[in-house]
Amino acid sequence: MTTAIALSAKPRNLSGPVGVAVLLATAFGLVPLVGSDYLFEAILTPFLALALAGLGLNLLTGYAGLLSLGSAAFMAVGAYAAFNLSLRVPGLPLPVSILGAGLVAAAAGLVAGLPALRLRGFYLAVSTLAAQFFVAWALNRIGWLSNDSPSGVINAPRLVVAGLSFEDARGRYLFSLTVVALLTVAAWRLVRSPTGRNLVAIRDQEIAARIVGVKVARTKLLAFALSSFVVGIAGVLWAFAYLRTVEPAGFNLDRSFQILFIVIIGGLGTLRGAFLGAGFIVVLPLALSRLGAVLPGDGFDSGTLEMVQRIVLGALIVAVLIREPAGLAALLDRAGRRLRLPA
Amino acid sequence: MRQIFAADESLSWVRADFEAMASSASLLIFRVQSLLGQVVPLRHRSVVRRPSSAASGVLACGVEAAEATALAVEGLTLAFGGAVAFEAIDLTVQAGEIHAVIGPNGAGKSSLINAISGLYAPQSGSVRIGAARFSRVPAHRLAALGVARTFQNLALFKGLSVFENVLSGLAGAQRAGLAAQMLGLPQARREARAQRERAADVIARLDLAGVADRPVGTLPFGVQKRVELARALVARPRLLLLDEPMAGMTATEKAEMSRFIREARESLGSAIVLIEHDIGVVMRLSDRVTVLDHGRRIAHGTPAQVQANPAVIAAYLGLADEPEAEAA
Repeated sequence: MTTAIALSAKPRNLSGPVGVAVLLATAFGLVPLVGSDYLFEAILTPFLALALAGLGLNLLTGYAGLLSLGSAAFMAVGAYAAFNLSLRVPGLPLPVSILGAGLVAAAAGLVAGLPALRLRGFYLAVSTLAAQFFVAWALNRIGWLSNDSPSGVINAPRLVVAGLSFEDARGRYLFSLTVVALLTVAAWRLVRSPTGRNLVAIRDQEIAARIVGVKVARTKLLAFALSSFVVGIAGVLWAFAYLRTVEPAGFNLDRSFQILFIVIIGGLGTLRGAFLGAGFIVVLPLALSRLGAVLPGDGFDSGTLEMVQRIVLGALIVAVLIREPAGLAALLDRAGRRLRLPA
Repeated sequence: MRQIFAADESLSWVRADFEAMASSASLLIFRVQSLLGQVVPLRHRSVVRRPSSAASGVLACGVEAAEATALAVEGLTLAFGGAVAFEAIDLTVQAGEIHAVIGPNGAGKSSLINAISGLYAPQSGSVRIGAARFSRVPAHRLAALGVARTFQNLALFKGLSVFENVLSGLAGAQRAGLAAQMLGLPQARREARAQRERAADVIARLDLAGVADRPVGTLPFGVQKRVELARALVARPRLLLLDEPMAGMTATEKAEMSRFIREARESLGSAIVLIEHDIGVVMRLSDRVTVLDHGRRIAHGTPAQVQANPAVIAAYLGLADEPEAEAA
């Protein structure tokens, strides 16, 4: 009887401390032992980088209710800032240059967030497009930023921290996982702090928030800075741990939309949502191509695959927005409750 | 000394209230209740303050007088384009006074509260809150000025629980910065604990403990109104602006809400501006009443004075006689 209760209690606490501990133990302990290079390189590392970007955007859009279409720009700022820091400051430890990159991205976010003091909703989203286009332009035009490489392509520095190399596929996965875990803990603390409460207050009722004494302008700018900090570091992971060689075009508007979709599909205003959404976005094309392979005939060619992918994604976003605006996170919560009910 | 005078004066309106009331037998029962509610705290106040103001002398008197007037609206005029919301409004509210603002729909009551809380910019006149005088009240400084308010159509933070909504009422008093919060420094932890205790206290007093962890959007309207009152009270405001706190409530809920408002006045000594349509509630709850009609103040005084005022009867109370007849 007691064991039955203990067992049934297990899935209940997936988002509780036990669930998180199990998840971390699996990710740090089990997965590196059994995973293949393909799993690390093609699935887990991009998943982690995108989840982190989603997490950052979720702080801004999900919690503070400020819509941004400039996420990819802040990823690019982070990636290129880390590249320049490690290139131009010899002997700078990698964690420091990543932290510095986050701060540079935060500063960029702060500037891009200035229109938020006047604009909201779609008008604000459109104004963040300015950041998107300006960053792409600057990276292409200012050779210094990419150390004068043709078309702004940069190569990742060696991933070595305190003598430990994270160069192979497993190492890059573990490196990303550590960064993502640390920043997720920080984000978790943030959203539960009074500042996190202020973000939601501004999102839900800006006037009431001002009346109870929330410093609205400062909190909005803070949301942009914190969000861009996280997104910038996601950009570092994307460039250094996943792709290893990036060009500015890799951080275009499509990427911004991809991150926005991650947040919408995963669930606005939840930390889990970014991970669920990123998992979905990464796995979807792989699942579709597998599906194509088992279908009769020639299966999909790559062009068809991409088209099908876009159609499915578009349809899903419409479906999510209509049926479950709170995203996969809410869906999972409900499923969890349903499963629990009979017990 | 002004303080004592104010207290005596308020006793005298209570007397006037009593005389006026005696003439109307149908109102007698709840008037006596309201008298009981008024006389006890006023006596208490004069007893407490008499020795302190006598001892502290002239200088302290000035300070106390400034403190005693929580809100002074002088000649305030607000227009939206050509449409005048209200014109040349005067309104003075003492500390510990419940001041009702009544009037037909569109009389400018909510606009007045919105102007006092800085959401609208008046064309002329001034608003004095405590010792600070403004031609336009800065909304972002309200919390620091010791002002809290509720909204006619609820302005709760839907994504937060009841407890978090009440906690957010302390946002203006937050001292620990982001870094201290994130690192969990002792200062931030102490502050967070103190805030949780205050919020829990207000929640318990307003009978919200049972729903403290519920998302606020899932609660019935009447309970949400109470949460909004809790969010305002947790900051211990010197001036509390309540824009129709009992709209859409049942009689039982209104009685409960009236009790909470009265208790808030007793425990915090706040000055309270109350917009309310239910004349019965206004007569029972308020110390003074200001009547607006078409954006102008047509009467002010004690509930009894106002009720006896011919202009008020013509503009407003004539229509509201029915529910009282029913009550009798």
